[in-house]
Amino acid sequence: MQSHLAQIHTMHIPDGFINAPTSAVAGVIAVVGLAFCLNGARRQLDEKTAPLAGLVAVFIFAMQMLNFPVAAGTSGHLLGGALAVILIGPYAGALAVSVVILVQALLFADGGLSAIGLNIINMGLVTAVVGWFVFRWLVKIIGVSRPKVMTAAFAAGLVSVPMSAVAFALEYAIGGTGTIPINTVTVVMVGVHILIGLGEGLITALTVGAVFLVRPDLVYGVHDRLPKKLLVTTPSVSTPANGS
Amino acid sequence: MPKRSTWVFVGVGLVLSLFLAGFVSYYASSSPDGLEKVAGDQGFLANAQDSANANLPTAGYGIEGVESARLSGGLAGVLGVLVIAIIGFGMFWLIGRSNKSKAAKQDAGQVSA
Repeated sequence: MQSHLAQIHTMHIPDGFINAPTSAVAGVIAVVGLAFCLNGARRQLDEKTAPLAGLVAVFIFAMQMLNFPVAAGTSGHLLGGALAVILIGPYAGALAVSVVILVQALLFADGGLSAIGLNIINMGLVTAVVGWFVFRWLVKIIGVSRPKVMTAAFAAGLVSVPMSAVAFALEYAIGGTGTIPINTVTVVMVGVHILIGLGEGLITALTVGAVFLVRPDLVYGVHDRLPKKLLVTTPSVSTPANGS
Repeated sequence: MPKRSTWVFVGVGLVLSLFLAGFVSYYASSSPDGLEKVAGDQGFLANAQDSANANLPTAGYGIEGVESARLSGGLAGVLGVLVIAIIGFGMFWLIGRSNKSKAAKQDAGQVSA
């Protein structure tokens, strides 16, 4: 019988990869970033979108448990930052992923306690910024329809993951405890995370596509660009037409 | 209040998340993930230290004492979904509520103006 520890296999940055001073600075940056997001989310979220934001956090946690194979002996899992910002906006999106990372570290010992700041920066903040700008830039250029929104979502997910790996490489360059040349770490981290990014892009596109199909008004990333015909999504109680 | 269909949407999403974390997660790849693979190949995986809370009964997405890997991982997944649901819905409800009170004030201001 396999140990339960071996069954579900996700690993964020553990304690010991990045030295304590760098991890501490990352913790401060993460707190400032989250405070900024909290303030921003206050402007973007309302009573209608708040339950969706809660659902996004839950869904990302569930999806992060589903490691998919990307190459021989290597797996990847959704980071979720791009998905979150497309569905609930950049500020709430970064907060949703950060809640997931906090619970994973505190409740499941996934990711080191001293590395929480690093993990929040890489998986919550960097993916949110990159995912948001890639998605918004693309829908501005190609427009809004279901296939186009899915295309932009795929690109946002795809690009966000290697950028997260770049963030790790930077942190490793500043405070890594190993002796591996930074160029090597960057190249191999980005390489494998481009493969994981393909999975991230696919999951992001399929999820955003499904939400856009049933409730396009709940996709925050296109809330100001929705074609008029899509704005009325729930059949209103129809009053009998005059004379019929 | 959100439209009724928003709650239906959220309910369906919650059930789906419970299914994914509680059942499908058993079939997830157990190969090392990108970071772990790189750390192993490049020889710095050994620098990883156990988290200070690595002895929690829920560490590593399992429930200590539950023999069946399927049940242990599944229960941990369900637990995680519930904990994140409580924190996430609570936090975002508080944030969204503050926005409504602002909007209500603006409305009131417009009415009295």
